[in-house]
Amino acid sequence: MTASTVDHPTRRDFLFVATGAVAAVGGVATLWPFISQMNPDASTIAAGAPIEVDLSPVAEGQDIKVFWRGKPIYISHRTKKQVEEVRSVPLSNLPDPATDQSRTKDGHEQWLVVIGICTHLGCIPIAHEGNYDGFFCPCHGSQYDASGRIRQGPAPLNLPVPPYQFVSDTKIQIG
Amino acid sequence: MSGPSDYQPSHPAVKWLEQRLPIISLVHSSFVAYPTPRNLNYWWTFGAILSIMLGVQIVTGIILAMHYTPHADLAFRSVELIVRDVNYGWLLRNMHAAGASMFFFAVYIHMFRGLYYGSYKAPREVLWILGVIIYLLMMATGFMGYVLPWGQMSFWGATVITNLFSAVPYFGESIVTLLWGGYSVGNPTLNRFFSLHYLLPFLIAGVVVLHVWALHVVGQNNPAGVEPKTEKDMVPFTPYATIKDFFGVSCFLILYSWFIFYMPNYLGDADNYIPANPGVTPAHIVPEWYYLPFYAILRSIPNKLAGVIAMFSAIIVLVFLPWLDSAKTRSNKYRPLAKQFFWIFVITCILLGYLGAQPPEGIYVIAGRILTIVYFAYFLIVLPLLARIEKPRPLPNSIADDVLAKTGRATAPMVSTLIALFVASTLFVGGTGQARAAENQETPPSLSWSFAGPFGTYDRGALQRGLKVYKEVCSNCHSLSYVAFRNLSEPGGPGYSPAQAAAFAADYKIKDGPNDAGDMFERPGRVADYFPSPFPNEQAARAANGGAAPPDLSLIAKARSYERGFPWFIFDFFTQFQEQGPNYVAALMQGFESTPPAGVTIPEGSYYNKYFPGHAIKMPPPLSDGQVTFDDGSPATVQQYARDVATFLMWTAEPHMEARKRLGYQVFVFLIIFAGLMYFTKKRVWAAAH
Ligand code: FES
Repeated sequence: MTASTVDHPTRRDFLFVATGAVAAVGGVATLWPFISQMNPDASTIAAGAPIEVDLSPVAEGQDIKVFWRGKPIYISHRTKKQVEEVRSVPLSNLPDPATDQSRTKDGHEQWLVVIGICTHLGCIPIAHEGNYDGFFCPCHGSQYDASGRIRQGPAPLNLPVPPYQFVSDTKIQIG
Repeated sequence: MSGPSDYQPSHPAVKWLEQRLPIISLVHSSFVAYPTPRNLNYWWTFGAILSIMLGVQIVTGIILAMHYTPHADLAFRSVELIVRDVNYGWLLRNMHAAGASMFFFAVYIHMFRGLYYGSYKAPREVLWILGVIIYLLMMATGFMGYVLPWGQMSFWGATVITNLFSAVPYFGESIVTLLWGGYSVGNPTLNRFFSLHYLLPFLIAGVVVLHVWALHVVGQNNPAGVEPKTEKDMVPFTPYATIKDFFGVSCFLILYSWFIFYMPNYLGDADNYIPANPGVTPAHIVPEWYYLPFYAILRSIPNKLAGVIAMFSAIIVLVFLPWLDSAKTRSNKYRPLAKQFFWIFVITCILLGYLGAQPPEGIYVIAGRILTIVYFAYFLIVLPLLARIEKPRPLPNSIADDVLAKTGRATAPMVSTLIALFVASTLFVGGTGQARAAENQETPPSLSWSFAGPFGTYDRGALQRGLKVYKEVCSNCHSLSYVAFRNLSEPGGPGYSPAQAAAFAADYKIKDGPNDAGDMFERPGRVADYFPSPFPNEQAARAANGGAAPPDLSLIAKARSYERGFPWFIFDFFTQFQEQGPNYVAALMQGFESTPPAGVTIPEGSYYNKYFPGHAIKMPPPLSDGQVTFDDGSPATVQQYARDVATFLMWTAEPHMEARKRLGYQVFVFLIIFAGLMYFTKKRVWAAAH
C-alpha cells in the first residue's frame, strides 16, 4: 500500500471498514444474551425476597440458623455476659474494628444477626465455640467473638450483618 | 490440493511456534491460500452455513444444558422455566429449536447440491460417505433432542422410533428394553438421551473435521464438474470464498431469524406443549418435518420388518451412490436426461415428506407406495441405466472457460429454482400441520388480535380483564401452575405495579412447610409464589370433574391448534400468523350449544361444543353474560370474556412475546444492513477476479 492511499482512503477501504465494523458490533451484541443467561434467573431473584423470622422460641443463650438467598444466617439470643464482654473490648484490639452497637439494633442488643459464612474462604463457623464465646471456623481456625467480629485466625473481616429490621419485638424481617 | 504452504512467518514468536507446531501454516494453507474453483455458485456456500449452524447448535445447546433438568418429572417444567425465567432463555431456546430445523434445511440443500453436480463421484467418494455419516448422526441427535422437552410428541416420538428396533427378528424386544432402560419409555430413557444428545454433536464435529480434510485432499467439485487444470481456474479461499460464504451466511441468518423471532412455533407441534402422558397417545404422531419422507416410506410398507428395512435403506442407499451412478460426466448441467430425473427425484422427496404428515389412510397410502418405488428406482434403476444410455452435452474445456461462457448470461435459472425450492419446502413444512384435517372439527373464526404481527403487543386492559375472568371463573377448576404472581408486574404483561402484584398474591392462601414442628401450614401468597392449583393432584381433579381432569391453562394457547389447510399455511409463513391457539380458546368458550344438531348424540355428563374435537366436552359452559363485572366499562358478555381470557392465556403461554418481537425488529434492521454491506463488499472483492 502506497503512502497516497493511506492519506486518501478510497471508497473501497471505507466499504471494508464499514462492513467489518458492523460485523464486529453484531458479534459483540450477540455475545450479550450468552453471558447474561448465567446471571440468576427471575425465579431465583424472586425467591431471594425478604423473609420473616419469629424469635419468640429462641431462649437466651440459644441460637438458630435460617436460610436467606441460600446463605445461612445465624440469629443468636446473647446472654447479658456476652453482650457486656463484646461491648467492653477496646476497638484497638480488633483486626476489623467495629462496635457491637453498630452491628446490632438499638433496644435489641441481645440479638445478633450475622451471615454465617467465614470471611476467609467461605466455610460455616460453629456457634458457641472458640476462645471468644462466639464462632469458630473449623476450616482454618478463624475465631469470631459473640458480636461476630474476627479476633484471631486467617479471616480478614467480621461476619457481615445482613439487612434486617425488627417488625415487632419478637419478629425480624431479613432482606 | 492444499500442497505445502507458502506461508512465511515474519514475527519471531510465530516462527518459534511454527518450528514446534506448524498450526498457523496449517490454518493458512487450509483457509487462506487454499485454491478454490472460481466458478462456484451460491449453492456452495451451504458448507459454511452448515459449519455455522453446527457451532450455533453446540453453543446454545451447552447453555440450555446449564438450565435443563433431565428428569421425567422435571424436564417439561425446566424447559418452560428456561423460556420464562432465564435471562434471554426464550431466545436461546428458540435459536436451538429453530436451529435444528435450519440445520436440516441447509443439509438437505447441501446434499441435493452434491447430487445435482455429481460431487460424490471419483475421487470424492469418501468425502460423500463421510457426509452421509454426518447426516445419520444429525438424525440421531435431532431425534434425541426432540425427546428432551418431554412433551407429548417427545414421549410418543421416542416410543415409536425406539420401537422400530423391535422389528429385528429374535432380539427385537431385548434391544428395545436395552434402549429404554426399562419396560417402557421413562426416566432412564430420558437420561440416556440427554447424555447422548450432548455427546453426538461433538462426534459430528469430529466427522466434519474428516469431511473437510477429505475435501482439502481431493479439492472442491464445481458447477462445471471439470477438474481444475491451471492457476487461472482457481482463486484463493481468502478473501474470495470467505467473503462469499459470509454473504451467504448473512442471508441465511435472515431466514433463521424469521423463525426465531416471529414464527417460533411454526415448525413445532402444538401437542409438544402438553406434558408427556404415558396413558394417552396424541391422535396423530408426526415426527419433525426433516424425518417425514422416511416416515412416509416406513408407513407405506405393510410389513413391520420390511418397513423398517426400507426406511433405513432409503438413507443407506446414499452410501452406494458413487458406484450406482457410474456416468463419467459429473454435473447434471451437461446431462439433459439426468437433470430431469433429478428434479423428479426432488419432487418425490418433497411429496413423500408431505405424505409423511398425512394420516395413513386411503389415497395417501397408495401415493406413498408409488413414491417409495420412485425413490428407490431413482437410485437403483434410473441412475445406473442413465450412465449407460445417456449422451452428455460437451463439457467446457476448463473452469475458466465455464466462467467466460457464463459472463453476460442472466442468472435467472438460479433465482427461479431458489423460489421453486422455497415454495416447495413451505408446502412440505406446512403439510405437517395437515394431519388434523381428518378430524371433524369446525375451524374457529380468525379474530383480530392486538398481539398479532411483527409489532404486536398485548392489550393491557384485555390482560387485566382476562385475569379477572380466570380468577373468578376458570380458576375453580383449572390450574395455572407456570405463572407466578411476580409475572403480573413484569414488562410485557398486564402492567400491574409490584405493589399491586404483591397485594394480588396476598389474597391467596399458599400451602407451605413443613415448619419446625414438621407440619404443613397455610400463609398468604408472596410474589414469588405460583398460582395455586384448585385440586391437590390429578386424581382429585379427575374425580371432581366426571373423569376428565381440567388441563392446566398456562400453555393452553400454544398447546391447542387447528388445521389451516392449503394454501393458508404458506401465507401464514409470510404473514406470521400464529394465533390458532387464542382463536380456538375464544371459539371454544362460545361454541356451546344446548341442543346438539340432529343426528349427534352426546353422552351423559358431556356437553356439545361446536369447536371441541369430537364435540363432546366434559366442561359445562363456563361463562354466562353478566357473570363477571369489569371496572373499565367493557361489556359483561360471554363474547367479551372469551376474547379477554384468550388474550390472557396467550400471555401466560408466551410472556416474553413483546420482548421477542421488539428484539426481532432490531435484529432484522441489523441483518438487512449487514447483508447489504456484505453484498457490496463481495462484489468489490470479486471485481478483482473477473
Ligand atoms: S474458611 Fe474459615 S478459616 Fe478458612
